[in-house]
Amino acid sequence: MKHYRTHLLVCTGTGCVSNKSFEVKRRLEEEISKHGLEDEVLVVPTGCNGFCERGPIVVAQPDGIFFQQVSEKDVPVLVEEYLLKGRPVEKLMYRPEEGAPAIPKMWDIDFFRHQQLIALRNRGLINPESIDDYIAHEGYVALPKALGEMTPEEIIEEVKTSGLRGRGGAGFPTGLKWGFCRQANSSDIKYIICNGDEGDPGAFMDRSILEADPHAVLEGMIIGAYAIGAKEGFVYVRDEYPLALRRISLAIEHAEGYGLLGENILDSGLDFSVKVIRGGGAFVCGEETALMASIEGREGRPRPRPPFPAHKGLWGKPTNINNVETWANVAQIVIRGGEWYSNIGTEKSKGTKVFSLVGKVSNTGLVEVPMGISLRKIIFDIGGGIPNGKKFKAVQSGGPSGGCIPEELIDLPVDFEELTKAGAIMGSGGLIVMDEDTCMVDVARYFVSFLEEESCGKCTPCREGIKRMREILTDIVEGNGREGDIEILENLSNVVKEASLCGLGATAPNPVLTTIRYFREEYEAHIRDKDCPARVCKAMIVYQLSAEKCTGCQRCLRVCPTGAISGVALQPHRLDSEKCVKCGACFEVCQFEAIAVEPLYPKVSVAGPYGSERNDKAND
Amino acid sequence: MIKLTIDGKKVTADAEATILEVAREEGIEIPTLCYHEALTPIGACRLCVVEVTEGGRTRTMAACVAPVSEGMEVVTNSEKIQNIRRTIVQLLLARCPELKVIKELADKLGVKDTPFKPESEDCFLCGICVRACDEIVGVNAIGFTNRGVRNEVLPPFAEASNVCIGCGTCTTVCPARTFDLERVTKSESMHSFGKEYRRDYCSICGTHYMIPESYLSE
Repeated sequence: MKHYRTHLLVCTGTGCVSNKSFEVKRRLEEEISKHGLEDEVLVVPTGCNGFCERGPIVVAQPDGIFFQQVSEKDVPVLVEEYLLKGRPVEKLMYRPEEGAPAIPKMWDIDFFRHQQLIALRNRGLINPESIDDYIAHEGYVALPKALGEMTPEEIIEEVKTSGLRGRGGAGFPTGLKWGFCRQANSSDIKYIICNGDEGDPGAFMDRSILEADPHAVLEGMIIGAYAIGAKEGFVYVRDEYPLALRRISLAIEHAEGYGLLGENILDSGLDFSVKVIRGGGAFVCGEETALMASIEGREGRPRPRPPFPAHKGLWGKPTNINNVETWANVAQIVIRGGEWYSNIGTEKSKGTKVFSLVGKVSNTGLVEVPMGISLRKIIFDIGGGIPNGKKFKAVQSGGPSGGCIPEELIDLPVDFEELTKAGAIMGSGGLIVMDEDTCMVDVARYFVSFLEEESCGKCTPCREGIKRMREILTDIVEGNGREGDIEILENLSNVVKEASLCGLGATAPNPVLTTIRYFREEYEAHIRDKDCPARVCKAMIVYQLSAEKCTGCQRCLRVCPTGAISGVALQPHRLDSEKCVKCGACFEVCQFEAIAVEPLYPKVSVAGPYGSERNDKAND
Repeated sequence: MIKLTIDGKKVTADAEATILEVAREEGIEIPTLCYHEALTPIGACRLCVVEVTEGGRTRTMAACVAPVSEGMEVVTNSEKIQNIRRTIVQLLLARCPELKVIKELADKLGVKDTPFKPESEDCFLCGICVRACDEIVGVNAIGFTNRGVRNEVLPPFAEASNVCIGCGTCTTVCPARTFDLERVTKSESMHSFGKEYRRDYCSICGTHYMIPESYLSE
């Protein structure tokens, strides 16, 4: 293997790619060869680095220097200054805030410092399209150990000892699941499936793992196949993930080429092959029985359990299905032992969890942290807190069917049990951060309308119930809420949760129930006072222009799409609320705080507990 | 045989039986809409939910698809279960306010009105017709099309079916009588999905059938 003095690791995860990281990589190679450095410096395309907010990202090794937001035009400077002259390129380095000193090394940056990588251990480190890179980084070390030194039962025991629980959402103990499938004796033919049908808005854990380290998933599956007794496996990935599809398909091809898949793997007698199945993009196909129906070529609709897949799964055969992240943990558990893994995390939730941290948070990205870490640590220490000096309001954990956790629970340790107690779920690990400008009723409406679209329509409570929840929530945000709506929503939510056929319906009411539980007064303000305290719901706000503060700069006048603002330069403008569509464009551009968002129906008396001082005007 | 308790009563049942079958055997009434004795149950309407306690854990399960197991305790009519059923009927009443079968069900469960905005659907997607066409007739002429609230029963691609034999089974089994046999025989049913069937008589028994012309000519 050829040696280079420096490796430039260019993030080619989906986020950075959409910001032209492939072009950056190409320019780097051009510039490097222009300076005759091609034998000294190697440019490596890697999977998602995680710090998506700052992409495209280039990390220089072995120094561990982190360069952010690198564009094509930065490349000549980077090559000349850093590679040729050995000088730091400060303008491409991370600063926690403007004016703060630059932090050159990746692992000194708070975003990375608090993370612990197991499932993502190779992210941003290896070329995901090279099996040799994976092998060089402790890849396919677990497989010969498993096949050569361990019996299937011993592997299952080791996974049980590790305490690993399903990372797809439900948190079922993985070792137990494998055991059920191994013991199922209804057929000799068994299947294993990797569930990569990640469909929540704002979630990219599975995609990033498949893009950054596809062989880790594959190695986990081969070990699983040996432990369970399966000869065939399937990786189900949604078709909207072209890069993930490409990399897992390549990984399978390369593994076959090395004899790590196919017949008699490593002379162990194990035969195992893997096929990639492209999902059509239905959220409900993440549900295991719907996913299996989809692989069989039928409509992606869940069926009642029991029978569970371990007894009757794909084509009626015993089937073991695990999430991408679950599979990615397996090889490390085999190498280091279940006990090592179980030392990380909390009493009932072991190991680490990958979260996609998005929304109103400074450091958007993908993070892997030990279970039991507090939300505060994730959002403030790793996430860098809320941008623009705004206040934290809530975080939606577990995707659209998760729950909103309010500020008073910010010190909640994140594990399966604690999140469930708070009314949310771990889900697959989406964390959507919301600031004080977020209307919680509107948020509930948004998530519920997503779920209404994605409900398969098979069972009555989910199909009809979610739709009615969305209708009532829409009424409330549009100022047509009525007394009793909250109670109807609560009852309906509980019925949908309790009576639905599958996990989609069983979790769909979570955003409604948690926002009512923690932000009931916002619902009441919308219904009784026709007031949106966050000033979001258009039916309840009015934009006003203060003639005293207005300098007549005409910025607002120029951006207004409906011509609602009039006036001449250097004279206070006028805002015609008849023409105003409340888009907020004027508010965004005004530098003099002359535009204000006010309640459409101002309260008659000074603020008091909602309901005691009724807003007569609003109820006309 | 399996021993279990239903509403406090000790019963024995076949190991393969579902809770619904055992309950009906015992004369315990559990309402259903998507269940049909001749078809595979799918647990879709969720009206038959019951509370099941096993190993200290209580779950709500659809009786039509829940297999019995040893020592299981089933409660079919708790306040919680009644509330679930009433709410589901309210949802169905809003979807199909004119349907006799839903109105009767509402009466039975004491549901007087619904808090949800009324619509005018005449099908509540129980899927009995779809299963009958598959499992009894064996032609799969119809299936579920679209997802969620846009779900409906149609032939593939909503085009006239070229496998439908006009047997009328779907119209016979439809609990909503949405598929009207009278209308089928006049060749104007939605069952034909735009396909015209010429009525002809069977030369052996003399009964009239709805047979696609193409079948007769072959």
